[in-house]
Amino acid sequence: MYHIVEKRNIWFTISVVLMIPAIIYMAWSGITRGQLLPLSIDYTGGSVWEVSFDQAVQPAAVRQVFVDAGYSDTTVFTVNDNSTVQIKFKPVDGDQKEALRLALESNFGPVEEVTYRSLGPTIGREVSQAAFFAVAAASLLIMLYIAWAFRSVPHPFRYGVAAIAALVHDVIVTLSFLCIMNLVAGWELDALTLTAILTVIGYSVNDTVVVFDRLRENLHRYRGETFSVVANRSIIETATRSIGTQITVLLILVAILVLGGATLQQFVATMLVGFVSGMYSSVFNAAQILAAWDERSIFHRNNKRPAAQGTVATA
Amino acid sequence: MRNTTISLIVVAILAALALYVVLPLPHPDWLVRSDLSAKPTPLELKLGLDLQGGTQVMLEADLPEGRELQPGAMDTAKNIVERRVNGLGVSEAVVQSQGDNRITAELPGVSNPDQAIETIRSTGQLEFVDPQGATLRSGMIINTTNKPTAVQDYLSNTENGSPDPALTPYPDQVFTTAMTGDVLSTAISRQDQFGQWEIGFELTGDGADQFYNYTSAHIGQPMAIVLDGVVLSAPVINAAIRDQGVITGQFDEQEASSLAIQMRYGALPVPLKVVDVRSISATLGEDSVRRSVVAGLVGMGAVFLFMVLMYRVPGLLADLALVIYVLFNLAIYKIVPVTLTLAGITGFLLSVGMAVDANILIFERLKEELRAGRSPRLAVEAGFSRAWPAIFDSNLTTLISCAVLYVFGNQYGASIVKGYALTLGLGVILSMFTAFVVTRTFMRALLGNRSQRDKAAQAIVGY
Repeated sequence: MYHIVEKRNIWFTISVVLMIPAIIYMAWSGITRGQLLPLSIDYTGGSVWEVSFDQAVQPAAVRQVFVDAGYSDTTVFTVNDNSTVQIKFKPVDGDQKEALRLALESNFGPVEEVTYRSLGPTIGREVSQAAFFAVAAASLLIMLYIAWAFRSVPHPFRYGVAAIAALVHDVIVTLSFLCIMNLVAGWELDALTLTAILTVIGYSVNDTVVVFDRLRENLHRYRGETFSVVANRSIIETATRSIGTQITVLLILVAILVLGGATLQQFVATMLVGFVSGMYSSVFNAAQILAAWDERSIFHRNNKRPAAQGTVATA
Repeated sequence: MRNTTISLIVVAILAALALYVVLPLPHPDWLVRSDLSAKPTPLELKLGLDLQGGTQVMLEADLPEGRELQPGAMDTAKNIVERRVNGLGVSEAVVQSQGDNRITAELPGVSNPDQAIETIRSTGQLEFVDPQGATLRSGMIINTTNKPTAVQDYLSNTENGSPDPALTPYPDQVFTTAMTGDVLSTAISRQDQFGQWEIGFELTGDGADQFYNYTSAHIGQPMAIVLDGVVLSAPVINAAIRDQGVITGQFDEQEASSLAIQMRYGALPVPLKVVDVRSISATLGEDSVRRSVVAGLVGMGAVFLFMVLMYRVPGLLADLALVIYVLFNLAIYKIVPVTLTLAGITGFLLSVGMAVDANILIFERLKEELRAGRSPRLAVEAGFSRAWPAIFDSNLTTLISCAVLYVFGNQYGASIVKGYALTLGLGVILSMFTAFVVTRTFMRALLGNRSQRDKAAQAIVGY
């Protein structure tokens, strides 16, 4: 028998460790840049221009061309190979862009445009606000769903809090991944990142609900056992199902991640991390939070409680 | 058993219909034409800009301070932008209103986005201006009520060049706008009986009265036609004009045609500015299509294999149901039609993963029921009805996320987000249908009349 609930100290520690990068990043970025997360131009406004040249170029040299033209706040990354770069700078109009294209051509030879995006700062701000409302609306609707799903449970508030804690955990772990990738590869949170996170929220909450559903059934069935034991049993009983359903989704996501090309990489990787975290939190966190609440201790204590008191949750 | 046979036939017919729609066959007109005005095009999957390459531009009403957006003005502007876009010769361009004050134009296959944007933008706001005794000539730049900083803008834009002072003889004067271009319904260039080029124009119902009132009060005086602060022409009003009029002058063919086009397409009721541009090269689009097809096939293949390995015969049945599910999706994409984007394809593939999920829930329940000692027939029924709440719940939360994303994507012309929400949401709904109609029919047909001790039934379900 696996002791998934009793070993919750380990699982909680892993979760906290996974959440730390996002928290440190947000604190650091909030203080130094006045912006918690690395937002893309979808939210801030600006231009992103991906161009490829006939020859390999140095990102620093490309950046210098832009700085010389008066665009000091420009970042340049290479994409795929050394002859394709992604340039991020402030919003420009057609004439200004044409002048920049000519400057690039005179320095590095013929320029081929791969993608181009330019978004005004006003609309960027509006998108940020709308994104905030989208997250708020989705969270509210999902909370309503959770409240409804646990309407007939003895401690609906506990179940609701535990399910939401698992969700918040998934979001923060996903953000940790994105923050690390921001430092490593310059990833930024764009409209698709929001899409990925909302999908994770919507999909992962179910696994938690499934575990809790089974827990509710089992608490009635095994009245003599402690809460931890019943929770453990419920997790193991639902694990095949949870893992089976998640694996098919993960198979699809891995295929897109590996074969789908660079455009989708960030989107799919974000979802993948979110789904795995959702799997983890439904098996290793959600019911453990309930057990901790039941035992009035975050970490599992070895002095086993008498079985009679273990039926608290069914009272 | 008879009901099962009927369901099986219905499923087969639906699958055959879906296959017929999906295959590139000649389809009848009523299936092809979604609206009667459009010419019939072959039924095919519509690819978004990120898959075929192209440019998307978002334009926003750019009103001078203190002026309010007239009701209906954005609709008119949208129609005008639509005409201009069509004038570019872009096939299947889509122009849509976005919120209260924005318009998006999607220009598939446009290889030079800057040029297209300039074409949409350069033909700006047309005005009829009272010269108030000043001598205005074509090419001059003047300030008007609607564009009070035209001269200043011109001077600041040409700082590095050499602004021509002859073009801005009235830098401090703001001329009164008598009417804006929306009084015009159309303008064409044509030759009169002597072969001289002229511009004939017609006025809208509302415009006619305004035009009459103004022209009747200013007979014998010039009236300047101004586009974005630039004087196009300053003809003298010879008579009061109500429904239609003619501009004559020493035009050659090109001048007349250009003036007519500017009057026709330049008649924007609101000035517009570009707030969002995105363009994707056709090469990247083609590459994306190829890659997503490969990724989709490999991903689905892996799921198919997983199902067979995990669940044996029921897994195979679920795979068959999945093939039908994919056909249903593709058929709906073609008929609606749903424009497929890269994110939309991801949404679809994800929905395939989730569709299997419903079957897994059912099979797990089924096994439990069989282990509990039920007969296969009862186990199938109990498995399906007991798995239903779990499947419904799990899909409900995904649908909530999709609905929120769809609204968000729709508001900001983020067609990638919208496309994803649409394909995923549609897939989730269809997956419930497939699991409960298609898979259940298959399972009933296979297990329906077998007994508890039937070895074949045990082998099929694998308990």
